[in-house]
Amino acid sequence: MEAFKGYGRADGRVGIRNHVAVVSTVSCANGVVDKICAEIPETVKIIHANGCGRGGEDLRIHSRTLQNLCKNPNFASILVVGLGCEIIPVDSLNKAAASVRKPAERLTIQAEGGSEQAIKKGIEIANKLVEEAKKIEPGIFPFSQLAIGLKCGGSDAFSGLSANSAIGFSSDWIVDQGGSALLTEVEELNGTGHILRKRAVNEDIAKRIETVILRTKKEAEEILGDIAKIMITPGNMKGGMTTIVEKSLGSAVKGGTRPISDVIEYADTPKKNGLMIMDGPGYDPEAMAGLAAAGCQLILFSTGRGTPLGFPGVPVVKISSNNRLYDHFKGDIDINTGTILDGTRTIEEVGTDLVDLIKNTADGMQTKAELNKQDGILCMYNRYRSF
Amino acid sequence: MKRNVLIVNQKDNVIIALEDIKKGSEILSPGIESFPVLSDIPYGHKIALTDIRKGSDVLKYGEPIGQVKSDIKKGTWIHIHNMGSYKNNLA
Repeated sequence: MEAFKGYGRADGRVGIRNHVAVVSTVSCANGVVDKICAEIPETVKIIHANGCGRGGEDLRIHSRTLQNLCKNPNFASILVVGLGCEIIPVDSLNKAAASVRKPAERLTIQAEGGSEQAIKKGIEIANKLVEEAKKIEPGIFPFSQLAIGLKCGGSDAFSGLSANSAIGFSSDWIVDQGGSALLTEVEELNGTGHILRKRAVNEDIAKRIETVILRTKKEAEEILGDIAKIMITPGNMKGGMTTIVEKSLGSAVKGGTRPISDVIEYADTPKKNGLMIMDGPGYDPEAMAGLAAAGCQLILFSTGRGTPLGFPGVPVVKISSNNRLYDHFKGDIDINTGTILDGTRTIEEVGTDLVDLIKNTADGMQTKAELNKQDGILCMYNRYRSF
Repeated sequence: MKRNVLIVNQKDNVIIALEDIKKGSEILSPGIESFPVLSDIPYGHKIALTDIRKGSDVLKYGEPIGQVKSDIKKGTWIHIHNMGSYKNNLA
C-alpha cells in the first residue's frame, strides 16, 4: 500500500500540513487576526466577511463551514478570535475543535478591552500553540486517509480534454487507494444527471444526484433569467462542443470513472469514502471553502486561463490545461497538461505525473499557491441576504 | 510518435483533432490504426472512429453526449450539423 508522511490527529484523521490556524468568527475581528498572524508567520490566517448579520439557512451554512474548517486535520490547533457580540460565538468553534479533540484557544476583543490588548494576548497564545505544534512528530499513513477536492476555474474549451481528464485519472487513483475525492460545482454538472446517476452506489444516491443538479439549474434560471439558458455558447460550438452534456462532462470528468458513494451538503463532513458530490457553487473561493471544511487536505485545481488563488492551510495544486498558459503563467502553475493537447503525451502519462505530484505534496512539498502565499480570504457560500 | 488526434476514453466512438486536419489526411495516434478523414476537421472537433448508425449515441468521455441524425462513416466530422442533444436530457 502506498503511504505518505502526515500528522495523525486525535480523531483518527491525518493532516498533510501541521498548521496553527487563527480563525476570526466575524469580520469585526479580522484586523486583530491579521495583526496576530503578521507577527507569527507560522500561523494560517482565516478571515472572512461573515459571522453576523445573517439568519436562517445562511447562518447554518456559515456556522457549519467555520466549525468544520476548524476540524480540518491540516490544522494542529486553533485560536478562535471573536468580537464578543456576534451571532456565531467563539465557543461554537471551540466546541467544534473539542469534538475532534483538537487543541483550541479563544479570546474576544470586547473581553480583552480592545484591539491592542487582544492582539497582545493573541500573539502570546498563538506562539504557545506554534511551539506545541512543532512537537508533533509526523508518521506514515496510507492514502486511504487522504481526501482530495476537485476544482476547475478559469476554464477554456480544452480543460476537459487535458487537465480535467488528468484530474479524473488521479480521482480514480485515490478512490482505488481507499481515499476520497469530492466533485462539486454543481451548476457545471448541468445535463449530466442521467449519466452520473448510473454511477451511484444505490437508487437513493442516484435520486439525490439528479435532485441537486436540477435544483441548481432551476435556481440559476430564476436568478439569472435568460442568461442561464445560454448554457452552450456559439464560442463553445466553434471550439468543437455540440451539446450541454458534452460541455458539462468536461467538468464532470474530474470525477473519473468510479462509483459515486454519496452526495453531501456544502461544507459537511463526509460519512463515507470514495467519490462523492458536494452540493456547492462553482465560484472558486466558495467552492474551495466548502471542500476544505468537508475535510479535504488537498485540492486539485485546473485552469485554462490562469488563477493564482490558493486556500489557507490547504495545498492547492494548480494544473494548466494548455502549453500557452503554462509558459505565460509558470510561477503559479504546479503541473502542465497541455502536452496532452499537443499530442506528445497521453492522459495516462500526465495523470501518472499528477499522482506523483499529489504524493509529493502530501509528503510536504509546497505548492506554488503556498510558496506565493495566495491563501486569500475565506469566502463562504450564501443563499440569501444579510440583515 | 506525435499524435494529431486524442481519444479521451477507450469506450469512445469519436476522437478529437489536436490540429486542423485536411480532408484525406491520415489520423495519427498510437494504438489506433491510421485512416483518412473524409472532410476538413477543425482543431478541437470530433471525428467518427467507427461507422455510427442513425440515432445511435456519440460517446465521448466514455458517455453518450448526443445522437447522430444520419448514418455516419468512419472518418466523418461530427458536429451540430449531424448530431443532436441526448433525448433524455432531464438533469
